[in-house]
Amino acid sequence: MTLDQATIAALAARLEEAEHKRAPLTKITDEYPHLDWDDAYAIQEAIRASKIKAGVRIAGLKCGLTSQAKMKQMNVTEPVFGFLCDYGAYPDGGEVPFDKFIAPRIEAEVAFVTHTELSGPGCHIAQVLAATEFVMPAVEILDSRYRDFKFDLISVVADNTSAAGFVTGGRARCIEELDLPTLGLVVEKNGRIVELAAAAAVLGHPATSVAMLANNLARRGQVIPAGSFIMTGGITAAIGIERGDAISVRFQDLGSVSLRFV
Amino acid sequence: MDQKQITAFGDALFDAMTTRSTIAPLTTQAPDISIDDAYLISRRFLERRLATGERVVGTKIGVTSKAVMTMLNVHQPDFGYLTDRMMFATGAEVPASQTLIAPRAEGEIAFILKKDLCGPGVTNADVIRATDFVMPCFEIVDSRITDWKIKIQDTVADNASCGVVVLGDKAVKPTAVDLSTCGIVVSLNGEIISTGAGAAALGSPVNCIAWLANTLGARGVTLKAGEVILSGSLVPLQPVKPGDNMHMTIGGVGQCSVRFT
Repeated sequence: MTLDQATIAALAARLEEAEHKRAPLTKITDEYPHLDWDDAYAIQEAIRASKIKAGVRIAGLKCGLTSQAKMKQMNVTEPVFGFLCDYGAYPDGGEVPFDKFIAPRIEAEVAFVTHTELSGPGCHIAQVLAATEFVMPAVEILDSRYRDFKFDLISVVADNTSAAGFVTGGRARCIEELDLPTLGLVVEKNGRIVELAAAAAVLGHPATSVAMLANNLARRGQVIPAGSFIMTGGITAAIGIERGDAISVRFQDLGSVSLRFV
Repeated sequence: MDQKQITAFGDALFDAMTTRSTIAPLTTQAPDISIDDAYLISRRFLERRLATGERVVGTKIGVTSKAVMTMLNVHQPDFGYLTDRMMFATGAEVPASQTLIAPRAEGEIAFILKKDLCGPGVTNADVIRATDFVMPCFEIVDSRITDWKIKIQDTVADNASCGVVVLGDKAVKPTAVDLSTCGIVVSLNGEIISTGAGAAALGSPVNCIAWLANTLGARGVTLKAGEVILSGSLVPLQPVKPGDNMHMTIGGVGQCSVRFT
């Protein structure tokens, strides 16, 4: 930790204002080059506390940078984690107002819903499977509060891992009915296939993301409460969105999720 | 292209395969070569193989992915012949250093027919009715053209760049799995190198089989009950070398593994 509480609060306020005004910033590590992971998560926590104080309800948790290849490329050994807000939830098949975002992108994911608390350290995939009530197909809407996608991972964590919204729907299934690693999906933008993948693209198995989230939270004295909704990370690369784009994702055995930016 | 030149190119490709050597692209040797010429060369190449005792057991479809179509600048698939000598089963060792030139692995879905399929007019429903079961498989493509410098005519003449085929561990009914969304996970030496889904091949592997039946039907050829048809790669091509292990799983279908020696 390199920052004092006042600086953390000021940076959190700056990022929140950027979100509300849709006015992107330069990455905060330009100004604070020695910022570390603890600082970044502390800023994220401050944003979360301020949102709760303003009446926002936390709708879930999310994992990002869950591809082995991307982690290697960024020289890190674990994903990044953030939270989801109630106002970011959009209905399956519904309209998403494009103007709420700066430069939105979407990713297709599998979301987990738990019935039992998960806590680290030492949380592993078997505990995650035992604690999972069901999984659902989902699409995450990402929107960096940094200008032109110029950021590093520490700045991204402070910015709540670019979390901006999500859509979930399709068909909820018990995890024992599925072979999650080989579960395939097809992303279509305006009727054209743009991405194809299988869920093993997320750390070999999306439940691994949840275990890593529990272990990361443990370092911050937190747990994944029972009843949590958890987005496990993009199975596909992020897809850039323009106004008018219609997205439809077909998941093997989980139905489909669609949304339209208006 | 006259018959003499077609025969000469077919023979050159056969000799390249049997001696593990390569020839210059036909499209540089004979720039006017048409795709129809290329299929006649492919047929001659096959006849040379049949003359050594090989038997046709099926067909492969190639150029089904957007990436390969863009690379070759064509907007339709192609096909080649599968013979008994190309076929391996999961867990097999493929003697790449003795039999192949520049092998690359593709993960795909094989269809085994229980009824004849003859175009034109074959629909998706006809394909599913005629399919006994589908299996996971690796196709190991190879090129008898120097450094894989292929245009569409080169790969068509070279039997759609087919090398060998490794069929997987399970056979499932085509009605038991969503062939468009089924996921594929491919690993090389224990590391996941690619994932994809059935829709990578013309939106669905079923579309590929319908295309083949209709294309061959226009040439008076019927796909026969019992034949194996490879529907096209679902992931990018992976160059392989002796010592490599590859494994793949297709969701709801099965698995396949192969080792190269």
